[in-house]
Amino acid sequence: METVIGLFNYWIVIVLMMAGFYIVIAQENMIKKMVGLSIFQVAVFVFYISMSNVFGGTAPIAAEGFTLYSNPLPHVLILTAIVVGVATTALGLALIVRIKEEFGTIEDDRIRDMEEHGEESEA
Amino acid sequence: MNPVDIFIDIFLLLLMAAVAIAIVRSHLMFAVVMLSGIFSLLAAVLYVHLTAVDVAFTEAAVGAGVSTLLFLATLALTHVNVEEKHKPVRMVPLVIVVATGAMLIWGTLDMPHYGDPEAPANKHVAPRYIQDSPKETGLPNMVTSVLASYRGYDTLGEVVVIFTAGAGVLVILGRGRRRWRPGVKDEDGDNAEEERA
Repeated sequence: METVIGLFNYWIVIVLMMAGFYIVIAQENMIKKMVGLSIFQVAVFVFYISMSNVFGGTAPIAAEGFTLYSNPLPHVLILTAIVVGVATTALGLALIVRIKEEFGTIEDDRIRDMEEHGEESEA
Repeated sequence: MNPVDIFIDIFLLLLMAAVAIAIVRSHLMFAVVMLSGIFSLLAAVLYVHLTAVDVAFTEAAVGAGVSTLLFLATLALTHVNVEEKHKPVRMVPLVIVVATGAMLIWGTLDMPHYGDPEAPANKHVAPRYIQDSPKETGLPNMVTSVLASYRGYDTLGEVVVIFTAGAGVLVILGRGRRRWRPGVKDEDGDNAEEERA
């Protein structure tokens, strides 16, 4: 039981990560693929933040009467990662808008068919 | 450890897992985007519970706010409402995902338990930041002092990444891109490339 509670966060993180991974490799809609990537990212963030937590610790802001704090270093790394993640999402979504203009679809398999059979784009 | 804390933790994580499964199964794009916003907000609540208040703040503002806005704008620009075909579950990706997940879970078995103050991740530089950073930088918030002072170059690199991404979005979507389409004639009927040359 102690092992289950001690590792439960990591197991759910892996479930979330695999849900995002499955969307990216198995589903064809590109906007949904970007959502899958962001689920994968959030899973990594939750993993780091879970590791930084200390039982009985408080938020890492120095105050009188507290001696036990969570580890601030993973918090900093994840702050940076969240912002970088949104920047890459924005770039990916901009590319999707261009792909839609050029091919008339954002379904990955249909674009692959068009490239293979040299079909005219619908746009 | 406090059983109420454990209960809240498990409850939030199970909610996040349920939302993720709902995203996998949903074919309505608006629902997918809204669920991803809910997913980010749940993550923010979980971060508050795990005492990472600065991260929760950023996740709620940037992850749930800006990111959802970007997805909605993309939906509006591409006029995509539904995924085109309802494909059956594919076996090969499913097997890859389950195998990867099983290996990762096997890898967690000898990890230090959640909340363990003796875990190696909480030992190396973290105690120094906790003890000395309020004195050295004069800031009570250790996350701020590490972000802006001890690891300031990381933050500079982050700004460079954001600038590059912003410039990339402007180049891809900005005005005047119609003039540069290799081999494609523009609306006047002239070849764009020849015009440039």
